[in-house]
Amino acid sequence: MIKDITLGQYFPGESVIHRLDPRIKIILTLLYITALFMIKNFTGYIIFAAFTFEMIYISTVPVKYVFKGLKPLVFIIIFTAFINIFMTGGRPLFSIGPLLATYEGLNMAILMTLRLLFLIIGTSLLTFTTSPISLTDGIEKLLNPFRRIGVPAHELAMMMTIALRFIPTLLEETDKIMKAQMARGADFESGNLLKRAKGLVPLLVPLFISAFRRADDLAIAMESRCYRGGDQRTRMKQLKLHNRDYIAIGLVIGLMIILFLVRGLKY
Amino acid sequence: MGEMINTINVDYTYSHEENQKVELVLNNVNLKVDKGEFITILGHNGSGKSTLAKHFNALLLPAGGTVFIKHMDTSDENYRWDIRQTVGMVFQNPDNQIVATIVEEDVAFGPENLGILPSEIRERVDYALKVVGMYEYRKHAPHLLSGGQKQRIAIAGVIAMKPECIVLDEPTAMLDPIGRREVLDTIKKLNKEEGITVILITHYMDEAVESDRIVVMEKGNIVMDGSPKEVFSKVEKLKEVGLDVPQVTELAYELRAAGVNVRQDILTVDECVDELARLINNAEL
Amino acid sequence: MSIRIENLNHIYMPGSPFEKQALKDVNLEIKRGEFVGLIGHTGSGKSTLVQHLNGLLKPTSGKVYINDIDITDKKTNLKEVRNKVGLVFQYPEHQLFEETVYKDIAFGPTNMNLTEEEVEERVYEALKTVGLNKNVLEKSPFELSGGQKRRVAIAGVLAMKPDILVLDEPTAGLDPIGRDEILFQIKALHTKLDMTVILVSHSMEDIARMVDRIIVMHKGSVAMNDKPGAVFKKDRQLEEMGLSVPQITHVVNKLRSKGIHIRDDIFTVHQAKKELLKLLSRQ
Repeated sequence: MIKDITLGQYFPGESVIHRLDPRIKIILTLLYITALFMIKNFTGYIIFAAFTFEMIYISTVPVKYVFKGLKPLVFIIIFTAFINIFMTGGRPLFSIGPLLATYEGLNMAILMTLRLLFLIIGTSLLTFTTSPISLTDGIEKLLNPFRRIGVPAHELAMMMTIALRFIPTLLEETDKIMKAQMARGADFESGNLLKRAKGLVPLLVPLFISAFRRADDLAIAMESRCYRGGDQRTRMKQLKLHNRDYIAIGLVIGLMIILFLVRGLKY
Repeated sequence: MGEMINTINVDYTYSHEENQKVELVLNNVNLKVDKGEFITILGHNGSGKSTLAKHFNALLLPAGGTVFIKHMDTSDENYRWDIRQTVGMVFQNPDNQIVATIVEEDVAFGPENLGILPSEIRERVDYALKVVGMYEYRKHAPHLLSGGQKQRIAIAGVIAMKPECIVLDEPTAMLDPIGRREVLDTIKKLNKEEGITVILITHYMDEAVESDRIVVMEKGNIVMDGSPKEVFSKVEKLKEVGLDVPQVTELAYELRAAGVNVRQDILTVDECVDELARLINNAEL
Repeated sequence: MSIRIENLNHIYMPGSPFEKQALKDVNLEIKRGEFVGLIGHTGSGKSTLVQHLNGLLKPTSGKVYINDIDITDKKTNLKEVRNKVGLVFQYPEHQLFEETVYKDIAFGPTNMNLTEEEVEERVYEALKTVGLNKNVLEKSPFELSGGQKRRVAIAGVLAMKPDILVLDEPTAGLDPIGRDEILFQIKALHTKLDMTVILVSHSMEDIARMVDRIIVMHKGSVAMNDKPGAVFKKDRQLEEMGLSVPQITHVVNKLRSKGIHIRDDIFTVHQAKKELLKLLSRQ
C-alpha cells in the first residue's frame, strides 16, 4: 500500500551525490530541469539520458528502484502521449474512429514522454539521495535571503520538519484506529463510493482529534523549550560547500552548454 | 541551599465554555522547593498536580498569588525565557514532545532556540545524550525507539539547555516496566550526580518512594507534605484521597490492624523482609 | 467459546530489510469461561497475538480456531468472528467518534444489523455493566472525563455481546481509583456474565489478583503458561524478561531464602496477611 510508493523516498547511501550540499543539489535539480526543457531533438535526449544514467550509477541507487518510482505516474505519462499523438496537426499516420494520429504527433508524443520521464527521474534522484531533514535545511537556507520580502523561510522549514516527524506516528495511529473500528464491525472496503466515504467517519474523526491533541502537546513542549520563532535561533549543523559541490556545478553547467550547442541539429 | 521554587497563595481557575462554570483548579497553594531537592507530587487525576507543574515554567500564570522561580516572578514577561531555561519540562506522551526526525537534531532544538554557538550546541548535545545513555542512538529516527528511550531523548533535550530544575509531568504513565525503570534511573542520576532539582509528578507509589520528599495534592490543595516515611505511614489518609500505598507498606498496616506489633514506616521490600523475619524469629523463641 | 491456536507464526514485512518475526510457533488453548492474563513487555508479541484472535491479522503460518471454526480459512466470515470476539484496544477512548455517547456505543450493534429496539436495549445494558449513568447518553463523549471515556469505549465493545472479551492494557494511564473501578467491572463481567476474558497487561499487580491463569510471552513465544502462583515463583526469570513481580512475591521469596517456612504461591497483600498471621500465632 503506502509503503510500496518509492517515489521520493530517501535511499540511504554514502555516494558523492548523497554527500553533496543539499542547497547545491536543489539548485542543480532546477538547472537540470531547465536543461531538460531546452532540448529540442533526439541528440539532446541521448546526451541527457547518458548524463542521467551516469548520475544514477554514481548515486548507487538501484535503477530498478528508480523505475519502481515511476509506476504510480504511468497513467499520466500514457495519457500525455495519447493526447499528443492525436491532438497534434500534420501528416496522417493512422486513425481510430474520429481520432487521427499524425507523424508530428508521434514525434511530439515521444519527446513529451521523454521529457516527463526525465523530469520525474531527475527530481526523484534528488529525494532519493537527500534525507528529508537535509532537504528541509537546504530549502530553509535557500529561501533565507527572501525573508526580507516576506517569505517565511524558517516557518516553512519548521512545518516540513514537524510534518516529516509526525507522518510515521499518524500512519501508525491510522492503522490502530482502523483495526479498532473493524473489531466493532466497521467496514472500510465494500459498498459504493458514498457508503465508503461515510465509512471513513469513524476513522477520520478520531484521527483528527488525535492530530489536534498532538499539535497542542507539541506546541506546549516547544514553548517550554524556549522556541520563539526563527529569529536569534542558531543551528547545530552548519552547511559548508566542498570541492565536490563546485565540481558538480561545473558538470551541470557543462551539460547545459553542450545541450545548447546541439539545439541546432535536425535530429 | 538556595531557593528554587516558591509559590505563594497560588490560585488557578479554569472556566468551562459550555456552562460558564468557573472551576478552582488550584486553591491557595503554598510550596517551597530548595535547590537540589528531589520531590514527588502525588495526586489522582484532576487533583491539580499537572496544573501546578505548568506554573513552574510560566506555561500557566496564576490567577491569584505569585510563583517565584529563583526569585523571578513568573508573571513578569521579562523573565519568561530565563525561567523556561532554568526550569525544563518533560511531558507524559514521549511522541508529542519530540520535534525533529533525528535524535541529535531533536536534542539540539532547545539550545538552538537559545541562540548558542554551533560548536557549543554540539558539545551540549553529546553531553546530554551521554547522561541519559542514548549517545549510540544519536543518528536514529525517534519514532523507531521504545517509549523509555523516547522519554530519555526528551530528557536529554531538556538537559542540553542546562536547566537547574527539571519538572517531569507523569513521564512514565505510558511506559512499560522496563521503560519506567530506565526513566526513573535517569531522573535519579540527574539529581544525585548532576545536582539538578527534580520535581516528579506521578501516581506510581514505587516511584515516589525513591524521592526525598512527597507532596500530596487533592482538589487543588496540598494535603500532605513530608518525607516518604512520614507520608506513607498515613495509609488511611492516602486511601482517602484515592492513592495507593506500596504493597509492603499496606501489608505492615494490615498486620498492625490485626494486632501485630510491626514497624509503621516500612517502604521497601528489604525493610519489610527484615521486619517480618525479626517478628517471626521472635515468635519462635 | 474456546480458543485454540496451533503453530502460529507471524512475520512482519517479510522479505524487506525490516522483516521481523513477531510470533514464533505459538500453541495455546483457552477454554470457555476462563479468565486469562497475557503478560509480556513491549515487543514480546502479545499485541500481535491478540489481533489474530479476531482475524485483524493473518498468520504467516498456523491456525486459529474459535469454537472449532478455523478463522484463518478464507471462507470464514470474519465479521461474525468479530462479533463473537470483542477486542478492546489500548487507550480505547482515542477511538470514540460519534456525536453522542449513545451513538458511539450503538456503533457495533448497528453494524450487526440488529433492530433499533435491540440496539437500544444493548446500549442500556452495556452502559449499566460499565457503571455509567444514563444521563451521559446524550452527551458528547468528548465532554467526559478520561476514565468515563474509557468506560464508554469498553461499553461499545460489550454492546456487541461478545463471548470472548480481550482487553489490551485496559488500565494504562489511569490513576488508582480509575484502575480499580475498571478492574472491578472486568471481574464482574467474568463472574456474572460468564464471559471468557483475556486481560493483556504488563502490570503484574493488576493481573495477580484477578486471573485464573497467566500466559507469559517473550520474544514471540509462550515462555510460561500456568497458575499465577506457579508463574510468580519464577521471579528471577520474569525479571530477566523485563517484567516486574508484585512486591509481595519478592517479600515471600526473600523470607523463604532466609529459611522461613512460608507458602511460595502468595502474591497479594491479603494472602500474605493471612499467611503471616497464621505463622505468627502458631508459636
